[in-house]
Amino acid sequence: MSNEATLHSQQEVMHGAAAHGHHDHGHHHESFISKYVFSLDHKMIAKQFLITGIVWAIIGAFFSVLFRLQLGYPDATFPWLESILGHWAKGGRITPEAYYALVTMHGTILVFFVLTAGLSGTFSNLLIPLQVGARDMASPFMNCLSYWFFFLASLVMMASLFVQTGPASGGWTMYPPLSALGDASIGSKMGVDLWLTSMALFVVSQLLGGLNYISTILNMRAKGMSMTKMPLTIWSFFFTAVLGVLSFPVLLSGFILLLMDRHAGTSFYLSDIFIAGKALANEGGSAILYQHLFWFLGHPEVYIIILPAMGMVSEVLAVSSRKPIFGYLAMVGSLFAICILAFLVWAHHMFVTGLNPFLGAFFVLLTLLIAVPSAIKVFNWLTTIWKGNIHFTPASLFSIGFVSTFISGGLTGIWLGNSSIDIHLHDTYFVIAHFHIVMGVSAFFGMFAGIYHWFPKMYGRFMNNTLGYIHFWITLVGAYCIFWPMHYEGMAGMPRRYFDYSTWTSFNQFSGLNQFISFVVIIVFAVQLLFVFNFFYSIFKGRKMTTQNPWKATTLEWTTPIHGIHGNWPGEIPEVHRWAYDYSKDGRDFIPQTEPLGPNESGH
Amino acid sequence: MSGFLAVLVVVLIFIVIFQIAKASEYVSILKGEKKARQQSNRINGFLLIAFLVLGLIGVYYCNDLLKGKILGESASDQGEGVDKLIYVTLLITGVVFVITQILLFYFAFKYQEKEGREAFYFPHSNKLEVIWTVIPAIALTILVAFGLKHWFQLTSDAPADAVIVEITGKQFNWLIRYPGKDGQLGRRSFQLIDPAASNELGVDWNDPLSKDDFQATEVHLVVGKPVKFVIGSRDVIHDVGLPQFRLKMDAVPGIPTTLWFTPKFTTKQMKEKTGNPDFTYEISCDQMCGSGHYSMRGVIVVETQEEYNAWVAKQPTQYSLAHPAAAPAEAPKADSAQKTVAANTK
Repeated sequence: MSNEATLHSQQEVMHGAAAHGHHDHGHHHESFISKYVFSLDHKMIAKQFLITGIVWAIIGAFFSVLFRLQLGYPDATFPWLESILGHWAKGGRITPEAYYALVTMHGTILVFFVLTAGLSGTFSNLLIPLQVGARDMASPFMNCLSYWFFFLASLVMMASLFVQTGPASGGWTMYPPLSALGDASIGSKMGVDLWLTSMALFVVSQLLGGLNYISTILNMRAKGMSMTKMPLTIWSFFFTAVLGVLSFPVLLSGFILLLMDRHAGTSFYLSDIFIAGKALANEGGSAILYQHLFWFLGHPEVYIIILPAMGMVSEVLAVSSRKPIFGYLAMVGSLFAICILAFLVWAHHMFVTGLNPFLGAFFVLLTLLIAVPSAIKVFNWLTTIWKGNIHFTPASLFSIGFVSTFISGGLTGIWLGNSSIDIHLHDTYFVIAHFHIVMGVSAFFGMFAGIYHWFPKMYGRFMNNTLGYIHFWITLVGAYCIFWPMHYEGMAGMPRRYFDYSTWTSFNQFSGLNQFISFVVIIVFAVQLLFVFNFFYSIFKGRKMTTQNPWKATTLEWTTPIHGIHGNWPGEIPEVHRWAYDYSKDGRDFIPQTEPLGPNESGH
Repeated sequence: MSGFLAVLVVVLIFIVIFQIAKASEYVSILKGEKKARQQSNRINGFLLIAFLVLGLIGVYYCNDLLKGKILGESASDQGEGVDKLIYVTLLITGVVFVITQILLFYFAFKYQEKEGREAFYFPHSNKLEVIWTVIPAIALTILVAFGLKHWFQLTSDAPADAVIVEITGKQFNWLIRYPGKDGQLGRRSFQLIDPAASNELGVDWNDPLSKDDFQATEVHLVVGKPVKFVIGSRDVIHDVGLPQFRLKMDAVPGIPTTLWFTPKFTTKQMKEKTGNPDFTYEISCDQMCGSGHYSMRGVIVVETQEEYNAWVAKQPTQYSLAHPAAAPAEAPKADSAQKTVAANTK
């Protein structure tokens, strides 16, 4: 037996079940069902997550267009609304109940179904095995289950839109007692039950996926791929999965207690309530308890959303500026710091609940501490493009846009994290501006960067560049036009989640601005449809990829064949010799991770 | 019909954009990939720097347009500290914002791909990284110190002479109760709530402290005199939002919360200051509470001590409203209460 063969068989053992039988792939026949529906191939599951996410994103964004119509044009009527929403928009004007249902669903859909499942679900699945050099996930079957639980959650949530009393409408945070009592809100009847069921299924999906990502990264790296040789994308997916696995169960526990308060007569969250003409028997519960349980996930959740985007942006910026990412270890360290701090700041969402002010002080301190690792990341991205040689692909433009919006939205976090400012700005449009810029727009930009960059890896074709540029520029300008002025509305104390501001003397001075914002929202929404069109058109008709490594990147995924195969590499898995960021080193444009170190070369 | 036309126009625009995009791809193949790449790179590089310049002008213009529409001076002593902290934070984050955005777009523009340029292999520098760990840490320490100092002032105990006002949220309005001349609120329980018997708050009439409590439709406050809000809710979570005073506090069923502040200007003074004859101090509900959330408006009137006394004198006790049969007997009592208040002011 040659050395080569020994090595190879060792590798096979290492990769265990996943690699089993993959040498004869291509020979065995795959049916439509096993290839496209209940696929075990991580690349197909990634596409399933992505396309489901895109469908949800269209629905969620369309909801925002509907409620922005109300906010921008409160006196106008749109008869076509009645034809799609029926009695929820009698006379062409949506009712308050419909407005709150739309707001709630917009939040739920985008936070959980699009930016969690659609973002980390897609790219963790696609990139983890490809970039660490594994044939598939640790458990392809669990991976498949993860998608199908997400699909089930989607079905239940979708069904809730069609029940007679409407979907949940108490805000995406679903605070009790509003969400616990059907008498308090029409959306809290059937809608909340379906919402909770759907979210429970969603948590299961996240746990199945997350455990899989963690074990794949820890156990299935190719030979030579030490943890510090991993691209930053993998590090970010790793920390994302850790956050999810540790915090989603807490959310589930909160939901179960809520479900029991609704149906089993318990009083976890209910006390001293008089509603619909009678006093309820519940006593001794705390409505604030739910908020602790919710935000114990809710805050890590925003990092679950933004970390994958950070990872992908780091990768895309390095590739397109032909430079190593600056301060690799600091980037990993700051991801780690963010991951730890993410668990210690949840109560900054609760400064004005009557929380003990002394306790609040610690949360102020820890919250502002997060700005340090975030600042490190921003400065490192800036230094990465400094003295680079940047090729402006749609992916790199979206990455630059990501850094810009991450700065803008991150800085306002310093305002809100300070309880003495939060006491004025809490639950105003300032908060809306802050989190939409930092975890809405930024995360979407990271996702777009990822889609444009890895589309060739997914479909063997390119997306149309010109459409990509149009998409980027209108979205960037539009996003700032929508959210920047909202800071001013928030400074005026204008509360969020209001159906109509016209009766308020303190907040009715912004009707012109609201109209402007709604107008831009419609344009930006239309441009996203252009992207969706580009996406689906390019799957079938896009320019074909002719080389294996179109972006001249160092990472392993570009060593696989143009048309992905189940098992990823036709022969054995390549061995890794260096880190992922040898760009423009020693006069060479790039050096793939698979190339051994030269005799005089030092590893990173 | 017009809706149909609008959709048609949008679809046509889509088709035009798409055809242009498709054509540009063919053109780039004809021109050669290299040339097309250079051209699109130049255009995007230019757009990036244009975005930076126009964006910064836009930020200035937006501020110019909207700065008059946000709140003016804080109407409470406590809010001044909030505003001061906002200015300090704005200064620090504003400087960081401008510098980092300029660097980002300028670097992107300056280091765009050029023939013959080689990127600089610069994987790390401990010195730089220490600098930009330490500087933000120092800046944030300052903000935390300022913030917490003020936070503990805001959340400190109300002064002993503060007027107590109870504000209870319900779907969808605020119930306001004053303790009357004894300065203490009567006991209440949600189980005693009986709107039909004029007892929206469930006050326990057996508690002697409750006899002189009165309820109002508006909150009346004396300018320059501290007030302590005792905040609660009857059904779901609400939030007492006081934008002009820069404060807010949740109203949670079963868990009373408090908030105290000192109003600085009377409503009349604010009307003059803002030049708005309709100016009103409003209580906005800032926590999503159901379909009428947006209409849950309360009014605060800040006035002089004399005006306040005159107003208090006119308020009948809730006890007398809840016990109309006993009213004749109560009447002289209420009358004497008014006299005591009047006497106090002299």
